[in-house]
Amino acid sequence: MTDSFFLSLAQTSMFELLAPTPPGWGGNLVRGFINSIGIGVGAFALGLLIGIGGAFGKLYGGPVRRDLLQVYTTLIRAVPELVLILLIYFAVPDLINRLLDTLGYGRIDVSGPMAGIVALGFVQGAYATEVLRGAILAVPQGQIEAGRAFGMNPTMLMRRITMPAMLPFAIPGLANLWLVAFKGTALLAVVGFNELTLETRQAAGTTKAYFTFFMAAGVLYLLLTLISNVLIGRVEHWARRGRQPIAESR
Amino acid sequence: MTATIMAIPRHAVTDTAAEAIHVQDLHKKFGALHVLKGVSLSARDGDVVAIIGGSGSGKSTLLRCINCLENPTSGVIRVNGEEIRLKPDGNGSTLPADRKQIERVRSRLGMVFQSFNLWTHMTLIENVIEVPVHVLGVKREMAIIEAEKLLARVGLLEKRHVYPAFLSGGQQQRGAIARALAVQPRVMLFDEPTSSLDPELIGEVLGVIGDLAREGRTMILVTHEMKFAREVATRVVFLHEGRVEEEGSPDAIFGSPKSERLQQFIRRVG
Repeated sequence: MTDSFFLSLAQTSMFELLAPTPPGWGGNLVRGFINSIGIGVGAFALGLLIGIGGAFGKLYGGPVRRDLLQVYTTLIRAVPELVLILLIYFAVPDLINRLLDTLGYGRIDVSGPMAGIVALGFVQGAYATEVLRGAILAVPQGQIEAGRAFGMNPTMLMRRITMPAMLPFAIPGLANLWLVAFKGTALLAVVGFNELTLETRQAAGTTKAYFTFFMAAGVLYLLLTLISNVLIGRVEHWARRGRQPIAESR
Repeated sequence: MTATIMAIPRHAVTDTAAEAIHVQDLHKKFGALHVLKGVSLSARDGDVVAIIGGSGSGKSTLLRCINCLENPTSGVIRVNGEEIRLKPDGNGSTLPADRKQIERVRSRLGMVFQSFNLWTHMTLIENVIEVPVHVLGVKREMAIIEAEKLLARVGLLEKRHVYPAFLSGGQQQRGAIARALAVQPRVMLFDEPTSSLDPELIGEVLGVIGDLAREGRTMILVTHEMKFAREVATRVVFLHEGRVEEEGSPDAIFGSPKSERLQQFIRRVG
């Protein structure tokens, strides 16, 4: 009884199902995986850019900019990502196209990947703003003051002192954000973008080999996380140069 | 009180030497707290001005106003004859009117902080070349040659590739002095440079500062080290509750203090 159960789970044809070329579905999964990585990297990069601008704006900007950023981070963090994705994928292009129509221009098409990057990047940006703001606040004031005292202008101060000094405080939060960005790409399945989750669902639905395909997808997600951890560890080690090793400072 | 110099200079500060720092009627308020209540101060080239006074007398604030790390509420500040242009900030205080000007002025003032403030993500030599290379536009190779000379001078050449976190407080402060010297400062500003050091490390830092004083560098030194101030200063300014209570030569200030406050202060810090 149990033997046959596991046998059916293991599905002797697993390797055939996951073969990289049709009739195997492995190729589709890998394509989805690569798409997911692409969107994840794009969204994370966009989020990082927004976050840098947002954090410095919130800390050093004028009252108007600070308030606008507060509205942005509050709204974006309040609304579920899925809603934002649907909004940016369906509602925003519709709005733009109506505007373009009235102005007499042709309509635009928002591509799935672009909408995905923008939607996820916007969400990422709100969280990154807060992560980086916290990291900047953790930089000892004397570090920044020393830069000012020697005549650095605000741009140089940010580039040469504040950014490198805050990095060790930002990396754990940013690492979280990267993993969230990558996993968030699964949400794009709802708008029909061929990322890993949608490819998996299609493969599983067609072959009825749900267990095999969703396990395979899980392994791919895990694989990326493990690789990410190694890379993040290296970046963190580099960013913490000049600090006492963590183990010794305990 | 007039700002005439009563000191008998320890080294050749002539009456005709240019005025490096000129502060006139400086006020600084932090909210309701009136920290500086009309302070005037002058340092000519080659002067070593020691600012002494009790805790909360405003001596650090005065020093920090000179390079606008604190914006004065009102007053005039001239560095090398150039008046720092201030504009109202809308809250009854001032801001530097010209960011470029204040950056240029700052880049030739060598500031040494109480808590060293070496940049932790840079090695010692990277700290020393940072401002010459990135602010003053010195070629990196040249800056390194200069930095090595300065680090050798403060006895830290062999530590040049070490990060600040791995240095003692005294070493960090000597490194910070090298960083300040690297900008070829017209004036060195010391803000209680030994106050956060362990007692046994104070000597090595005072030794370096004393050498600089003896070679005729213009310095303004906020300090609690009275014996040291008496040794190296050409002039001592005693601040009390935001005002210059008394100023004069080290011998006059420490040997025959006139005001009662100064007499009390000297008895107390002995």
